Amino acid sequence: MPGFKLDRRGLLKSGAVLGAGLAMPTIFTGRANAFTNEPTGSSVTLGFNVPQSGAYADEGADELRAYELAVEHLNGGGDGGMMNTFSSKALQGNGILGKKIEYVTGDTQTKSDTARASAKSMIEKDGAVMITGGSSSGVAVAVQALCQEAGVIFMAGLTHSNDTTGKDKKANGFRHFFNSYMSGAALAPVLERNYGSDRKAYHLTADYNWGYTTEEAIRSSTEALGWETVEAVKTPLAATDFSAYITPVLQSDADVLVLNHYGANMVNSLTNAVQFGLRDRMVNGKNFEIVVPLYSRLMAKGAGANVKGIFGSTNWHWSLTDDASKAFVQSFGTKYGFPPSQAAHTCYVQALLYADAVERAGSFNPCAVVEALEGYEFDGLGNGPTLYRAEDHQCFKDVLVVRGKENPTSEFDLLEIVEVTPVAQVTYAPDHPQFAGGQLGACNPGA
Amino acid sequence: MDAIILQILNGLDKGSAYALIALGLTLIFGTLGVVNFAHGALFMLGAFCAVTLNKLLTLSFITIDETQKDFLGNPLKVETPYIEGWFGPEVAGTVIEWSVPLAILFAIPIMILVGLVMERGLIKYFYKRPHADQILVTFGLAIVLQEIIKYFYGANPIPTPAPSAFSGSFDFGALLGFDPGTIIYPYWRLVYFGFAAVVIAGVFAFLRYTTFGMVVRAGMADRETVGLLGINIDKRFTIMFALAACVAGLAGVMYAPINSPNYHMGMDFLVLSFVVVVVGGMGSLGGAVAAGFLLGVLESFASMSQVLNVLPGINQIIIYLVAIIVLLTRPRGLMGRKGVMED
Repeated sequence: MPGFKLDRRGLLKSGAVLGAGLAMPTIFTGRANAFTNEPTGSSVTLGFNVPQSGAYADEGADELRAYELAVEHLNGGGDGGMMNTFSSKALQGNGILGKKIEYVTGDTQTKSDTARASAKSMIEKDGAVMITGGSSSGVAVAVQALCQEAGVIFMAGLTHSNDTTGKDKKANGFRHFFNSYMSGAALAPVLERNYGSDRKAYHLTADYNWGYTTEEAIRSSTEALGWETVEAVKTPLAATDFSAYITPVLQSDADVLVLNHYGANMVNSLTNAVQFGLRDRMVNGKNFEIVVPLYSRLMAKGAGANVKGIFGSTNWHWSLTDDASKAFVQSFGTKYGFPPSQAAHTCYVQALLYADAVERAGSFNPCAVVEALEGYEFDGLGNGPTLYRAEDHQCFKDVLVVRGKENPTSEFDLLEIVEVTPVAQVTYAPDHPQFAGGQLGACNPGA
Repeated sequence: MDAIILQILNGLDKGSAYALIALGLTLIFGTLGVVNFAHGALFMLGAFCAVTLNKLLTLSFITIDETQKDFLGNPLKVETPYIEGWFGPEVAGTVIEWSVPLAILFAIPIMILVGLVMERGLIKYFYKRPHADQILVTFGLAIVLQEIIKYFYGANPIPTPAPSAFSGSFDFGALLGFDPGTIIYPYWRLVYFGFAAVVIAGVFAFLRYTTFGMVVRAGMADRETVGLLGINIDKRFTIMFALAACVAGLAGVMYAPINSPNYHMGMDFLVLSFVVVVVGGMGSLGGAVAAGFLLGVLESFASMSQVLNVLPGINQIIIYLVAIIVLLTRPRGLMGRKGVMED
């Protein structure tokens, strides 16, 4: 090899060039991939993952309306809604960090695997930097885990199971909505005042994660009052006719029926219970009563007159008279012609809270957003002073106890607020047994 | 004892719906040889006939009431049904309250028309195709029908109450010598059971005692020979398809007050109704009715907490368990005929 001579100087030069060559892609890509889907252009994409088909499609449609309204307000359109009442003034109405907000939508179909697939598609194909929405705890837990792995923020929609911020909590996930424990803690004193402390309760519980945690929460809080739980029966999620589960209630000596059901389950079981005359019964010398721990106006509409006089709890209601709620109802009602549901409210708030956290952090980096949201105290979003607790990423705020209205004045006027339970009454320790078993872990920026 | 009586009543009531749907399914299979997965959707369409009539009767004109405010603080738009303006509030209130029974008359022509259009427009092209093709196309049709309903009526259940005269419960306990209040059963569910019995008896009588029915039964037994006798059996089978659609639709109309109708209710009943048809025997009308009531009663007993405490989850598999046992011991079902689905 007469033309090739490798000396010491040549080896050093070659090594330096090779080293720089190998390092160069890392330098460039390292900047581009500081975190998953870092927005580099003039816009940022959010992913709204809501049920657009299936049993919760109406709730999903309301969530989507709320997100569209939030995007409009954040981009500087409309009347600004709750941006005007929000205690933080970081949002300027110019998108997020000056980037115009765009969004993509996915259909969860209220199925965990479908919801994960649509979230994955929005992250990988559409470049969504945050995923939000949903109307089921099963979906929330599944999508939250996916977002943790992918390195994006998950702002949960309507999810009420303790597990979302309990044993299945994740550092990248945040829940504004209240939970089963809070429902129990808020409802118990109202139930005691109205029905006394000597009651025998019969539980019908939807046979899935949310049903279990709700039954546990309500049993725990009512048994603490002195109530006795005479029976707790699991009912299939697919059940439509609950007569076979209602008739044994007639045979028991229970004087309260607790329906740990949501959606069509709640509509059908409550309708069946009323048909069987439970509300006209006298047992143990007392009027027989029915309790629905988690109320939704959309579901109450499905149950019609059967909800009259029945107690339950809710995260928010359009009839609240604080400035923030009024601003949101005005904004939403003017745009769509009817008042927002609690699902719409929590989704709108989550969108604003995410945008605000990015503005305050000065970065879309999920770990910066997590830091900005952890322990964050705010007001002016419809629930009074609220804390995003750092230990479990659960919002702590007042909880509403509601009752089916006896004389509704419109098709929206189905529930009346009986009590605004102060936050202190629904606050629990992060290691409370109903939330034990999971670890928040560290935030994951992805990339 | 009172618990057993109550579960039998529950089972008979649930069995009524199964039997009515399965009757139409097996009628279509027996006559046209088509496995119709859109039959549950016909049940759902019937329920939405009741919803639609209620909406038509409550169509309203709007007046502005300056003294009241809506949720935005604007003057309230008061909706008054047209029929209230025409006939006065008392008559209008009564008509609207009785909208479900009235929907029977409303649903009959609609469901017959739907049945005819469905058979002539789609299903007749699949007579000679394999059963798998028939299942796919009818299942697809069911999805299309439920999506159309969801588009117009939304995904949430729509309350459709029974007339207030039937809103209470009947005290069987007092009647049978038990303590009052121990065995009570909703009036409307008793009405539903009675209605199902009348419809089932009517279909059997129609097939048994009319010339039309006799020809149809002959066609079910030997289609080719009946055709060779110069009888247009296809036309009669088309009418039977419409009749089966009508039976499913009426079952849906009367079911509306029991559970608020939603777009998915047909699918909820479809699979169970197919199991009922298979257990009863493919193409057997008597078998479908008997199996409908049998499985309804068994499902009710399996849902009792005393049973669930011993056999958790039995309520979700009892129907399929019975189907397995029946098919192992009687492969043609309880009343199945030789030669049906065996080629």
